[in-house]
Amino acid sequence: MVQYSQTRFDAAFAALADATRRGVLQQLGRADASITELAAKFHMTLTGIKKHVGVLEQAGLVTTQKVGRVRTCRLGPRRLEEEAAWIEKYRQLWDARFDALDQVVEELKRKEKLDGRKQRQ
Amino acid sequence: MDASRDSEPTPMKQRTTVQRKSERELVVTRSFSGPARLVFEAWTKPELLQRWWAPKSYGIAFISCEVDVRTGGTYRFVFGHPAAAQPMEFFGRYIEVTPHSRLVWTNEEAGESGAVTTVTFEERGAETLVIMHDLYPSKKALDDAIASGSTGGISETFAQLDELLVSLGASVGRS
Repeated sequence: MVQYSQTRFDAAFAALADATRRGVLQQLGRADASITELAAKFHMTLTGIKKHVGVLEQAGLVTTQKVGRVRTCRLGPRRLEEEAAWIEKYRQLWDARFDALDQVVEELKRKEKLDGRKQRQ
Repeated sequence: MDASRDSEPTPMKQRTTVQRKSERELVVTRSFSGPARLVFEAWTKPELLQRWWAPKSYGIAFISCEVDVRTGGTYRFVFGHPAAAQPMEFFGRYIEVTPHSRLVWTNEEAGESGAVTTVTFEERGAETLVIMHDLYPSKKALDDAIASGSTGGISETFAQLDELLVSLGASVGRS
């Protein structure tokens, strides 16, 4: 995990070292954009902008999705791996909550038994 | 080497499960040993809710917990965490309250993109199966919740980006 974060961190630093790529991030922070739109915005060829987007994608700073002939870029980490990690984190949170809830329910059960006994006496 | 250890049965499947059921839905399930009546009570009485909703292992603590569990009633949870400068607030409204079987509430802290949560309590013998179902208004809303890294309102991605920018600033200053 630490190793992974470090690699990702290094990749993010490398990605941010370039002014165009920082510009692309800023642009995507305002709105999602297609490769064509980014190329026009930064006065670059499609191949040139694709290269930059690729570096940002590798660093997990941008994701792209192709729908038909348009590749849309947006801010954010790679989806599937992030989704699985998020779901596991979410599960752990609820598991911790539910372990505590187990104890509360146990206590209510004991209390009810005790109250029942008292009432019968 | 303790060979007997290897032959021990592997632990049962995880007790709490989480599944992305569809583009807009997340489902959490867990069984509790006890009648639905008591499990429901623990979800609806603020003094009981506070004892399990903020797990100690997460370092989160309730600052306040206002809960008015009835149809149309509202709730507001405020949590503190040592690493968070601001308290975290979660609030919404109960849309449906059916004693011992069903709770439905809104999650309004995220504005329009908040999910509607439905919790059902099904008694099965001595156990109660709890199914918690989060329905997001759109695929994008759930995708965004996942992408933000937040599992409970803290946007960890932005915290990481802040860290990155701070260290970036620091390294530029040094050179």
